[in-house]
Amino acid sequence: MSAERASADGPAEATVLEFEGVELSFDHKVLDGVNFRMGAGETRVILGAAGSGKSVLLKVAIGLVPVDSGRVALLGEDITGLEEKDLFAVRANVGVLFQEGGLFDSLTVGDNVAYPLENQQARGLAPAEEVLRRVTEALRFVELEHTLEQYPAELSGGMRRRVGIARAVVTEPPLVLYDSPTAGLDPITANLIMALIAKERDTKGAASLIVTHRYQDGQLMADFRYNSEQGELVRASGDPSKEPRTIFMVMRDGQIVFEGDKTALEKSADPYVRKFVRR
Amino acid sequence: MGGAYGSLYDSIGIHEYGGLETARGEISPVNEFLRAWISEWQDFWFLAGRAFANIFRAPHYWDDVALQMEAIGVGSLPIVMLTGFFSGFVITMQMSRALNTYGAVGQVGPIVMITLVRELGPVLTALLVAGRNASGIASELGSMKVSEQIDAMRALGTDPIQKLVTPRLIATCVMLPQLTVVADFLGMVGGFAISYFSLRLTPSQYWTPAYQILELNDFVQGLLKPFIFAMVVALVGCFYGLKTSGGTQGVGRATTQAVVVASVWIFVLTAFITRIFVNL
Ligand SMILES: Nc1ncnc2c1ncn2[C@@H]1O[C@H](COP(=O)(O)OP(=O)(O)OP(=O)(O)O)[C@@H](O)[C@H]1O
Ligand SMILES: [Mg+2]
Repeated sequence: MSAERASADGPAEATVLEFEGVELSFDHKVLDGVNFRMGAGETRVILGAAGSGKSVLLKVAIGLVPVDSGRVALLGEDITGLEEKDLFAVRANVGVLFQEGGLFDSLTVGDNVAYPLENQQARGLAPAEEVLRRVTEALRFVELEHTLEQYPAELSGGMRRRVGIARAVVTEPPLVLYDSPTAGLDPITANLIMALIAKERDTKGAASLIVTHRYQDGQLMADFRYNSEQGELVRASGDPSKEPRTIFMVMRDGQIVFEGDKTALEKSADPYVRKFVRR
Repeated sequence: MGGAYGSLYDSIGIHEYGGLETARGEISPVNEFLRAWISEWQDFWFLAGRAFANIFRAPHYWDDVALQMEAIGVGSLPIVMLTGFFSGFVITMQMSRALNTYGAVGQVGPIVMITLVRELGPVLTALLVAGRNASGIASELGSMKVSEQIDAMRALGTDPIQKLVTPRLIATCVMLPQLTVVADFLGMVGGFAISYFSLRLTPSQYWTPAYQILELNDFVQGLLKPFIFAMVVALVGCFYGLKTSGGTQGVGRATTQAVVVASVWIFVLTAFITRIFVNL
């Protein structure tokens, strides 16, 4: 099923997220034997029909939903059956953009973005005076510094999505999960958001797991790199030894029916998979 | 599914009750219904247990407690005062007619006092607060649930029970007994208004026997009830809020359920507590 795995030579690259035979049912089966391994710095794009289990997969990845069977390892730690308070420590190193946003209505944009830092501060990680600087920096990254004092309800959908991204990346986590970052947005805003996600990946080297309905989002992640000198996205060199890998996964009814790079995806003959590929 | 903590979250946090739709043919609808009911009951007690345990555990969100006290206490004050006054007013009118037939209109003070302190004050205040705050809590937490704010909270290292449920529990338990005292007092004032202007009783004819009738038993009952009702209002509101699913429609459903269930429990519990105390 898998087209390419970590090259056998040299020390195997660190794994940031690993699913092993993960099964989960609510009133029906939602995840059905999910297996994959995601390396540090890697980009993974998950495509799939509505209800195929993409959001649940992300929630399982950070232990928000316990699995029925199988094993999930997050940043090298087996989180299956871990207590909530122990999960907090692992989750502190993961950024998440939720499908519904998950911004706290009762807090200003600034406080929302500061929230993960303040939690780290409680753990003695980020010093207090650093918080405002990092919040401003994260908001500048998504070009929304001027909204610091506003409330999420006062922003447009696209702006809220960007604030969500700022909150997800403010701690500079080694792994960021994005659930449908472009859903329901106009093409211009959608492209802006994908550019931000690529920029985050290429400036911080974070591994990114992206759930999307738009094939072009995955295409952009695979084919473009953010060039900090030019300050814009440029076409990738195409040399797999220098570039972070982009792997596509296609989900159907809780199963991963395709896993592989863009070339393999475009070559796939599976009619379900082909529906997600635009040529 | 999952450990103890996990099972709370997957039922309150994520699990949707299949209700009567059986995916597995061998389970009868009745069994399915019972199973859902029992698991709901378990989840409620699990939430209650954790909410109470958190009172004695750091971190404490005192800001949230203060905010909730204001919303529940100060916010409910006008309506509680108004309702208290008029309930005293009407019981006095009704009672005086009955007492008149025995020529015992002078006894109206103690009767109104007992009725208010033991029963009407606590129950009416709790019902008002259930209508205002159990619904408010359920809809607030419900919208947080469907917009994934609860998930985000957990993802960002905050226990939603500690941050959302425990402050509401503390605030309601502190405010409801006080609101009840206010309602009791204003009820007496309402009764006095009728006694003075219509029944032509002097202030001391009304107030003195009314105060003399009170015993420790009445105080205990009059304050224990609002305290227990407070737990019901806060926990039922939080419970239905946290297990909301199905978008904005789900929020509406959770709100209605919270008010109905909390109100029913207030009636059931007051009967139960009264039964115990009447025999003392
Ligand atoms: N809280 C829940 N309770 C019960 N079932 C759920 C719950 N959340 C998700 N499911 C079910 O799990 C399945 C997968 O849902 P999921 O949200 O992962 O879909 P998705 O792939 O993210 O879809 P979309 O593209 O629409 O976001 C669906 O059938 C859904 O009904
Ligand atoms: Mg989804």
